[in-house]
Amino acid sequence: MGGLTVPLEHVLVLAALLFSFGLLGLMLRRNIIFMLMSLEVMLNAAALAFVAAGANWAQPDGQIVFLIILSVAAAEVAVGLGLVLQIQRRFKTLDMDTANRLRG
Amino acid sequence: MSLSVLLMILLLGGIAAWASERINADLPRWTSIATICIAILYLLATINNLGIENLKAIPDPANSSSWLIHEKTQWIPRFGIAFELAMDGLSLLLVTLTLFLGLVAVASSWVEIQFKTGFFQANILWTLAGVTGVFLALDLFLFFLFWEVMLIPMYLLIAIWGHEKKAYAAMKFFIFTQVSGLLMLLSIMVLVWQGNLANGVYSFSYFDLLSLQLDGKLGFFLMLGFFAAFTVKLPAFPVHTWLPDAHTQAPTAGSVLLAGILLKTGAYGLLRFAIPLFPEASMKFAPIAMGLGAAGVIYGAILAFAQSDFKRLVAYSSVSHMGFVLLGLYAWNSLALQGAVMQMIAHGVSTAALFMLAGALQHRLHTRDMHQMGGLWYNMPRMGACAMFFAIASLGLPGLGNFVAEFLILAGLFAVNPWITAIAALGLITAAIYSLWMMQLTFQGEPDKDRELQDFGFREMGTMAGLVVALIWLGLYPQPVLDLAQPVLDGLQTFIGTGSGFAGAGQ
Amino acid sequence: MNLIPLIPALPLFSAILLIVSAGRLPRNLVAILGAGSVGLSALCVASVAIGFLANEQIIQITLWTWMAVDNFTPGIAFYIDGLTIVMMSVITGVGFLIHLYSLEFMNEDESYSRYFAYMNLFVAAMLILVMADNLLLLYLGWEGVGVCSYLLVGFWYQDSDNGKAARKAFVVTRVGDTAMALGLFLLFTELGTLHIQSMMEAANAQWSVGDTLPLVATALLLGGAVGKSAQLPLHTWLPDAMAGPTPVSALIHAATMVTAGVYLIARTHELFLLAPATLEAVAWVGLFTLLLAAFTALAQNDIKRILAYSTISQIGYMFLALGVGAFSASVFHLMTHAFFKALLFLAAGAVIHCLHHEHNIFRMGGLRTRIPVVFWSFMIGSAALAALPFTSGFYSKDAILLSAWQQPGIGPWLWAGGLLGALLTAIYSFRLVFIVFFGEANTEPDKQPGWKMSIPLVILCAASVVGGWFVLPLSDVFPQADHSGVNHTVEYVSIATPVLGLLLAYLLFLGRQLDITAITESNLGKAVQKFCFNGWQIDGLYHNLLVRPFKGLAHWWRNEPIDYIYNAIIALSQWSHRGLSALQTGELRWYATTMVFGLVLLTVVMLRNAS
Repeated sequence: MGGLTVPLEHVLVLAALLFSFGLLGLMLRRNIIFMLMSLEVMLNAAALAFVAAGANWAQPDGQIVFLIILSVAAAEVAVGLGLVLQIQRRFKTLDMDTANRLRG
Repeated sequence: MSLSVLLMILLLGGIAAWASERINADLPRWTSIATICIAILYLLATINNLGIENLKAIPDPANSSSWLIHEKTQWIPRFGIAFELAMDGLSLLLVTLTLFLGLVAVASSWVEIQFKTGFFQANILWTLAGVTGVFLALDLFLFFLFWEVMLIPMYLLIAIWGHEKKAYAAMKFFIFTQVSGLLMLLSIMVLVWQGNLANGVYSFSYFDLLSLQLDGKLGFFLMLGFFAAFTVKLPAFPVHTWLPDAHTQAPTAGSVLLAGILLKTGAYGLLRFAIPLFPEASMKFAPIAMGLGAAGVIYGAILAFAQSDFKRLVAYSSVSHMGFVLLGLYAWNSLALQGAVMQMIAHGVSTAALFMLAGALQHRLHTRDMHQMGGLWYNMPRMGACAMFFAIASLGLPGLGNFVAEFLILAGLFAVNPWITAIAALGLITAAIYSLWMMQLTFQGEPDKDRELQDFGFREMGTMAGLVVALIWLGLYPQPVLDLAQPVLDGLQTFIGTGSGFAGAGQ
Repeated sequence: MNLIPLIPALPLFSAILLIVSAGRLPRNLVAILGAGSVGLSALCVASVAIGFLANEQIIQITLWTWMAVDNFTPGIAFYIDGLTIVMMSVITGVGFLIHLYSLEFMNEDESYSRYFAYMNLFVAAMLILVMADNLLLLYLGWEGVGVCSYLLVGFWYQDSDNGKAARKAFVVTRVGDTAMALGLFLLFTELGTLHIQSMMEAANAQWSVGDTLPLVATALLLGGAVGKSAQLPLHTWLPDAMAGPTPVSALIHAATMVTAGVYLIARTHELFLLAPATLEAVAWVGLFTLLLAAFTALAQNDIKRILAYSTISQIGYMFLALGVGAFSASVFHLMTHAFFKALLFLAAGAVIHCLHHEHNIFRMGGLRTRIPVVFWSFMIGSAALAALPFTSGFYSKDAILLSAWQQPGIGPWLWAGGLLGALLTAIYSFRLVFIVFFGEANTEPDKQPGWKMSIPLVILCAASVVGGWFVLPLSDVFPQADHSGVNHTVEYVSIATPVLGLLLAYLLFLGRQLDITAITESNLGKAVQKFCFNGWQIDGLYHNLLVRPFKGLAHWWRNEPIDYIYNAIIALSQWSHRGLSALQTGELRWYATTMVFGLVLLTVVMLRNAS
């Protein structure tokens, strides 16, 4: 029974750090590509936490959720990059602060 | 004979009028006239079938079989909602007034409206249908439906065919009535829920809810919900401010309908729903309501005097006159109630005529500012004579309908509260001031003799003659109207007298 | 055949015809309709009166029930007794003469038919007023004559001043009418009916002399009477009402409508007898009014305004008589006054007619020989007005003064006041005669009155002389006065006073033996004259006290102060709308950040709640 060789806490701390970096990136970067990448980081942080938890309790659910996240991330990237292309065409920039046409 | 047929005639007539515009731009007016005439004939046939003795019998408001006509079709049985229409003498009077003024409204828009005539006439007919529905519906859900339905065509009439500030006026009208209407909806919902608690079934039927007789705090607040909706429509001081704007901006036909009949739905609602459903709460509330009525009488008259816009002046005079209705209803004795009913009808006729005159003046002079008029009697003596007649009617000359109404109201009120009567009687003086001031600014004074103005023609004089005759008839021989309303009012008074006693009001 | 309903109906139908025809009828037909209907009505009155005098039977006729609600069932119903007969005769008789006169007076007016329509309507309303058997129908006539007065005062509508005078006349009387309406409500609420006779019976049964309720009720009725009859404090409208055509002033503002208040009190005198305090107030109102108006008349220079103030003063006498319980004397004076004041107004109208609309007496003069018919009319009228012996005014005024003397307590005061008034009356009426008809001619008349104007003058002259010998059928209506116990000195003084006044007027204005220019030219004298000329500044007082505050209030409120509340709600929602929409920046990073903080906040709250 494998379990986890590194303590679960370490992995979770790593995941939390990754998530925070992703979040910070999302909040601070203005380039949409970097924002998408930050999103990916956050997804992966969550996925890491799932995998670690699945390993810790020897349950397959962690990996299953990981797979789901993987596919969601793929889909998200596909849609996201499509949007990026459109934004680039419309606004001639990838700076999301200038693309604020929805301002009230 | 079925009341829903009456509604269908008006609704379908509206669609026909709309459609007929494709054939010829003049056709919608004729379609309208024809529709209303058919409706009137249908109504007359219905009355004819009823027989005189039925009209004289005193109905028990809580017993549907004692009404003149009652019909009920299940609609949403799960919630106790039915398509329930009924008619008694009061509804009959008001429906007749509605159709009569419908004719006046169509006549007054004959040359004024040249834009989208079909849709215009359709909206007039739908308004009539909505108002008729309000006067006939006795299922509270259905009543609320009609209450809202009559707003929409009216809103469109103002918003599409109105004058310079039409958007603002239409929006104001809509928001005032909508917000107050929602309060009423809330009250209806809670009332029905209470009915379910008491009887174990959901029912929106007037007859079921009438027996609830809620009192205490809950009853009081529910009564306030109804009161809010109805007094906004009436309109009573201080929720009247939508009226001058709406009247001023509406096309003539819109003003005629608004003043002539839409305001009456408020008074009708108070008399039919607010007071009988919550007699005890209404009794507690009566002094405040009468105070508002008296305040409206005086306030409306003073502001009418202050206006320089002809239509605004007439609008404020409506506020003043409808204050009398509120006084009459809450005095709650035979004289005052009869006076209130008379006031609804007489005011409908006289104000409709004044708005027609306002419309005719605006059509000819392209202004409503009275300071730009003056001496018009010289140019248009026939119109001047009509204006003089209705101005004098509106200041309450005995022998004309408005006097009978105001006298009965005040005489009835005096027995209840002499001091409020004295204050309201000041309205008789102020009414003289603003009516005569209006005549001075418009038709008297130095004429502009070069002004080429067309006097009233055959169609306009015909309409005016009808209204004049109606007012004289109401003023000298109001008995037919009183006889129609009397059994209903007696029934209501007996009903409430046995229920909880509108005691302070005396008999 | 019953003629009674025809009496008001004839002029009414004529008025309706004239209105509906809208001026399209030929002038002759208008004349026939306008004057003829009133003439026919007068004939009907005559026949009814002859029948009545034969058997003194009170006639009651109900045409239909006006409205029936509960026990409130006023009818369109007539009640004919001696008082009604007197009033009807005066209205239709004098009314017909004035209509006849108007045919010539108004001949050149373009609104000939409108004039007669209004006049006929007035006669109809006035007849309904006096014939009504209940107070509500009386009120109909009461308001009806008010409206006709408004229409006729403002007849020449193109001049805004006329419109102002007409409005003033209507609104001021409406103040009184409203008090009267409240009185009606009170009477109906307490006594359960407005039918005059049964109401007075009920009042006598329910109330005793001096109770509060009859006091309040009669005080309210008095308010109406004071307004309509132009007594203090509501008299200010009458002088301005002279803006109308002169025959209108003769008919409405001298002979008939303004005496409606007297009629009202006489008709309901049993109520007033239950309230001695009100009755005394009536006497004082009459006395003060008659003195005030007499002083004012002395200072006027417009021929019609002099007559207007004189009318106010004479109605003051009628009120004085009512107040001391001499109802018959009051009605008697009402009748004689109708004769001689109509005569004076018509004569004044003839003067104005012949002098191209000149109103100022100081621009007249010397007309005695130029228009003799008018001169003699004026002489006779003034003699009757001044109550010179053997004229009609003498008999009626004498009866009033004697009754005032007999009043216990306040009697001598009332008598002395009335006497002073009589002296002033003689002075101002002959001042008018002497200035207008004697002395040098200032304006030449450009025409002579024709037969249509002369005949009414002659007939009214005759009536003004012999009117004093008429015996009115009032013995069944009112308690009878008995003057037998009066000291003869009192009578002699009453007779001598008007003669003294005539003498004074002669000395002052014609012979000029008495020179008072020193007094009139002094500062005080001028101030007093100005004060009197302006009617004791009462108009100014009302203007500052009532009219200006009302106008100011209306002006201040004209833009709907209530809307400020709703505008505040609008402002509030717009402000919050701006605040909330500022949050929506359109920036993705901002949304993400707020989401994060929101989540953190939620987590914290949930954790705190969980622990």
